[in-house]
Amino acid sequence: MKAIKIENLTKRYRDVVAVDNLSLCIEEGELFSLLGVNGAGKTTTIKMLSCLTEPTEGDAYLLGKSIRKNVSEVKKLISVSPQETAVAPGLSVFENLELMCGVYGFVKDKREAKIKEITELLNLEKVLNKKAKKLSGGWQRRLSIAMALISEPKILFLDEPTLGLDVIARSDLWEIINSLKGRVTIILTTHYLEEAEALSDRVAIMKSGRLLVCDSVENIKKMTNESRFEQAFVRIIKGDAK
Amino acid sequence: MRMLTFASRNAKEIIRDPLNLCFGLGFPLVLIFMLSAIQANIPVSLFEIESLAPGIAVFGLSFMTLFSATLISKDRASSLLQRLYTTPLSPLDFILGYTLPIIPFALAQSVICYIVAVILGLNISVNILFAVIFIIPVCVLYIALGLLFGSILTDKQVGGICGALLTNLSAWLSGIWFDLQLVGGAFKKIAYALPFVHAVELERAVVAGDFSNVFPHLWWVLGYAAIALVAAIILFLRQMKKQ
Repeated sequence: MKAIKIENLTKRYRDVVAVDNLSLCIEEGELFSLLGVNGAGKTTTIKMLSCLTEPTEGDAYLLGKSIRKNVSEVKKLISVSPQETAVAPGLSVFENLELMCGVYGFVKDKREAKIKEITELLNLEKVLNKKAKKLSGGWQRRLSIAMALISEPKILFLDEPTLGLDVIARSDLWEIINSLKGRVTIILTTHYLEEAEALSDRVAIMKSGRLLVCDSVENIKKMTNESRFEQAFVRIIKGDAK
Repeated sequence: MRMLTFASRNAKEIIRDPLNLCFGLGFPLVLIFMLSAIQANIPVSLFEIESLAPGIAVFGLSFMTLFSATLISKDRASSLLQRLYTTPLSPLDFILGYTLPIIPFALAQSVICYIVAVILGLNISVNILFAVIFIIPVCVLYIALGLLFGSILTDKQVGGICGALLTNLSAWLSGIWFDLQLVGGAFKKIAYALPFVHAVELERAVVAGDFSNVFPHLWWVLGYAAIALVAAIILFLRQMKKQ
């Protein structure tokens, strides 16, 4: 079964078409990046797939569940780490993780085990009792991803996970994301092309809501006769790729 | 359980903000002490503790609107709500999760207010217990207003609308500080068309044990609470959909 099967997904806001007839499939365990310049429709696509926004037309199936007809079942399969850091500022790191366990209905034993596991995976031990608002940007982002992972999602949406982070914090997060590859299907949006190149199995490049290309980074470079992915991306966006 | 987890988070966020404790508990107590001191020197019937304590108990609840609206508007401004909307929490979980944790705060505030009033000379009677029970619909009204304003305003606007406008409306149009009969005219008509003065007169009647005078004030409070709650739920669901 495909992790995600998108069929003619469209989102219109009055006269603006944010996502235009998008169709693609993502395999289970794949790390798939959505790329594009501002206004390409990446975040709208993630919002539709995570049931935050209803599509105008089309549908998508997450592990066979429709985002239109099986919303509550889809919500049990997914987790989202939004573009901005989404943590409860007045709660400690531990309490933030506990909050997410609670909203997914984990019983006490499972809750404790999951918090321990995620704390170790993301090296959060030393900040566990610190209030989220007292953490640096990098640690808040790490906590945000921990909160997304703790619910054991089958599909994880990471919307610009490293935006605004310094080089070290970004490299740490890349390591964490890499360690999840194969275990969780990850949909990543990013403006950093080197990030997409380093992490993704496949990428989709979007412009003005339309899908321009969907392939591995290597194939896209070959397709455009470019040695650097950034150049290949620019050619595709500017529409002068062969 | 999901709703309770979310409600517990909201309770922690509110209680951990020192400004909330300062305004929620400190300010009404300062008022009750200050006006009692004035009453001791220049006797005014309105500031007798039997009249003053129910008024302050009701006025203090306007801060619950501020707490509730601030929390919701801040959550809306951050991505936390967006994250939580993608979890199995239902719309009802969100509404109850934001509403329920404020009720114990509001009741605690009323209890403390009446305890201080007893220290300042209010007769101890079972009517005080009834006054705390009868304040529940008033709590629901103010909390619903918080949910309503938090759903439509930004956190900065909440400070202005709930922190300044609502507290002033709640003060001026409630008959706590001056007798509305003395002003009369349109001012009195407007005041009696709004719920604040009815909430105060309801509490005063209960504290006095004059239960025949609970009506029609209780109907006004219940009516406004129901309208505010329905409007708040509609507006909260609308902003949830807009997210």
